[in-house]
Amino acid sequence: MSSNSATVPELPGVLAFGLRPLPLAPLAAALDLVVKSAARRHPGMFARLGDQAGKRFLIEPTDLPFVVVMTPRAEDPEVLVVRPGEEPQADARIAGPLGALVGLIHGAYDGDALFFSRDLTVEGDMSAVVALRNALDDAEIDLVAEAAAVLGPLASPAEQVGRLAASVAERITGIAFARPRSGS
Amino acid sequence: MSSSDTAARPTLTLGAVLFNWSPEQWRDFHYRIADEAPVERVCVGEVVCSKRLPFYQDDMPGVIERLQRGGKTVILSSLALPTLPRERRMINDLLAIPDVLVEASDVSALSPIAGRPHAIGPLINVYNEGTVAFMEKQGAVHICLPPELPMSAMGPLAAKARTATLEAWAFGRAPLAISARCYHARIHGLAKDSCQFVCNKDPDGLEVDTLEGRRFLSVNGVQTLSDTVVNLIGDLDAVVSRGVRAFRLSPHTCDMVAVARAFRDVLDGRLAAAEGEARVAALMPNAAFSNGFLHGRPGHQHIALAG
Amino acid sequence: MTPTLAAERPAPAKSTGSKPAGSTTTDTWTPKGKLELVCPAGTPAAMRAAIEAGADSVYCGFADDTNARNFPGLNFSPAEMAEGVAYAHKRGVKVLIAVNTFPRAGQPEAWHRAIDTIAQIGGDAAIVADIGLLDYAAEKHPGLRLHLSVQAAAANPEAIGFFVERFGVRRVVLPRVLTVQEIAVLNKEIPCETEVFVFGGLCVMAEGRCSLSSYATGCSPNMNGVCSPPSHVTYAQEKGNFVSRLGEFMINTVPGGQPMPYPTLCKGRFTANGETSHIFEDPASLDASLLIPPLAEAGVTALKIEGRQRSRSYTDAVVRALRGALDQHARGLPINARALMALSEGASTTRGAYQKTWR
Repeated sequence: MSSNSATVPELPGVLAFGLRPLPLAPLAAALDLVVKSAARRHPGMFARLGDQAGKRFLIEPTDLPFVVVMTPRAEDPEVLVVRPGEEPQADARIAGPLGALVGLIHGAYDGDALFFSRDLTVEGDMSAVVALRNALDDAEIDLVAEAAAVLGPLASPAEQVGRLAASVAERITGIAFARPRSGS
Repeated sequence: MSSSDTAARPTLTLGAVLFNWSPEQWRDFHYRIADEAPVERVCVGEVVCSKRLPFYQDDMPGVIERLQRGGKTVILSSLALPTLPRERRMINDLLAIPDVLVEASDVSALSPIAGRPHAIGPLINVYNEGTVAFMEKQGAVHICLPPELPMSAMGPLAAKARTATLEAWAFGRAPLAISARCYHARIHGLAKDSCQFVCNKDPDGLEVDTLEGRRFLSVNGVQTLSDTVVNLIGDLDAVVSRGVRAFRLSPHTCDMVAVARAFRDVLDGRLAAAEGEARVAALMPNAAFSNGFLHGRPGHQHIALAG
Repeated sequence: MTPTLAAERPAPAKSTGSKPAGSTTTDTWTPKGKLELVCPAGTPAAMRAAIEAGADSVYCGFADDTNARNFPGLNFSPAEMAEGVAYAHKRGVKVLIAVNTFPRAGQPEAWHRAIDTIAQIGGDAAIVADIGLLDYAAEKHPGLRLHLSVQAAAANPEAIGFFVERFGVRRVVLPRVLTVQEIAVLNKEIPCETEVFVFGGLCVMAEGRCSLSSYATGCSPNMNGVCSPPSHVTYAQEKGNFVSRLGEFMINTVPGGQPMPYPTLCKGRFTANGETSHIFEDPASLDASLLIPPLAEAGVTALKIEGRQRSRSYTDAVVRALRGALDQHARGLPINARALMALSEGASTTRGAYQKTWR
């Protein structure tokens, strides 16, 4: 499954609107846990980032009312969530519909193809963006598995619940939150 | 230290004319070089496009003879991208001419010239001492280094070179790429096979600008060159101190005899580097000069003289 | 530990790995008449994807400036390479390892080490461009199979003959400057195999002989293994347009919202003779899949897919499509042209220099 055209699903507007008033703190805490856990589970990914790991990235889902600020250091990864317009200085910015960003993390879409078609916008330090893209692509990340892993011994049942939730969410939003299995 | 690092007087080589000049211009240019230019070697031959050669081929023997009478070592440069059978045979024609050094511009020439003294041109990739050693084993006595090679590489190469003289690309638009496709023909909406020799309109290359109107590159048939004119006249001391003692001046329509004199005067200490720069700049009033490659920087840049 | 495979060896006397039942690949290096599909592997994950999608061979490089796709986050550590070779060999797939930049003067150690590592871990071939490095490899590891990188720019029988005779090169990756007819003639005149690009990015210049990036950015394809390096790419919104630059030079501008290709220098738009156009090459990518039958007829041994810098999803899709095309060809069926269209950079593709009109 690959895309180089405007086939990236957009989050339904009503859903994005519904998310607007939600506080960011719980989201930030959850993301922080997931990223720290992912750093432990995928040391190779951080090694692959090399000297780009200290760079600060703005990840901006354009259909959601927040921006993720991430510094993917292997030792001490940092994740913040801020409102659009309140972003700190960063080395690079990657913006696009949540579907494109999630698909990129899962390796379901080709980053180059998404960018050629302008589904993704990248700005700033291209070495950092390219390194992050390549590191993610090699890591074969599955967001549901990463989220579930945070729960430790409960990971396996949580992952099953997560996959169910993801498939429900996928039906509503069109976005694959769990990594599509290999094959096409 | 190698033999090339002895205190021999640095020498100048006039490169082959890369552009499509009229036969008269081509001949008269070489006659004047033979009579007046203070250069030790002159490269003659078609490097870029085999279709241009018939125009001045008949003038070659006379030019070679005149150059030799003028005390120059004649180097015959081979074609950069021989593809057609006719083009591939051209190297044999060069090898049949007596009393000259043949210079390879493509790896396909390396077998035919092996075993006899020869030169390696700037379009062959010689980046390291392993390759220099191999070329010397084959009989190379003169190696013009790739124009993009930085000064930091020259010291290590000169230290290992035993029998070959190393040369730096010192003046002229830098050759940056070669293609099977003819850009002059493409820009003029013509097919390569019926190009009408439109490259003769641009005896120093056709400027290629960015969309912002900034000068960037130049094209010469199948070859792409820099827009800037490489000029190492301010860097000669530094390059010589690294053991590279020959300098290539690539012909343009400006007064090349005057260019050669300026380089000679700076090498001989009769002219300060800064004055040399000014003198060369006056000879090409519309040119932007560069020496970025030498300094390991983007090639288009000009790094000012220290002090 | 050096590979013992030899082109002239008729039977797999010593295969480099056991083959699982049902695998579609074979143990012989390149059986006559069967085209080998050589696939890009920018990362271990992409290597696994390529193998699963039907690669006969994969090619890859070490994560440093010894190979010509030296992009941040890409390529293999020596340990990853050893694991990759073992993984591929278990599945009957060969690993061709590119050490195809030109060693730095005075510091050849990294390049020599890369060659030594390939021999040590049983890589099936080293893909090399530099004459000095070929000399080193041939002398130090006479059993190591050498392929001539496209970066060596050997485009005619004399050039190829030189590399075969001096260094025992067994296969040459042909520059993308030849027509199919020229390739057919060439194959009759040379004593080694040929590998040609069938899909992916298209180099308009003779590879290994281009310093355009070096001129604009100071980073050289030959010395640093980068072309139009991302470290020097900038994008900006200017007056409602989206603009790309490489170093200080504008490469392209498109109205907001329109597709913007990566600013590869030779695919940019420039002005010459009063007209603005893609002076060097349109941003089309090479698709020679329809030329598989004539390329096979021309005596080509292997078809190469460009794109080590692309994602594993791209690798998966392209390898699958070309595997399908090759299998169709093997069964005597016509080749489906549409399958690969969607994967190209722009929407457009070209057959490049394989057709003479390209020039």
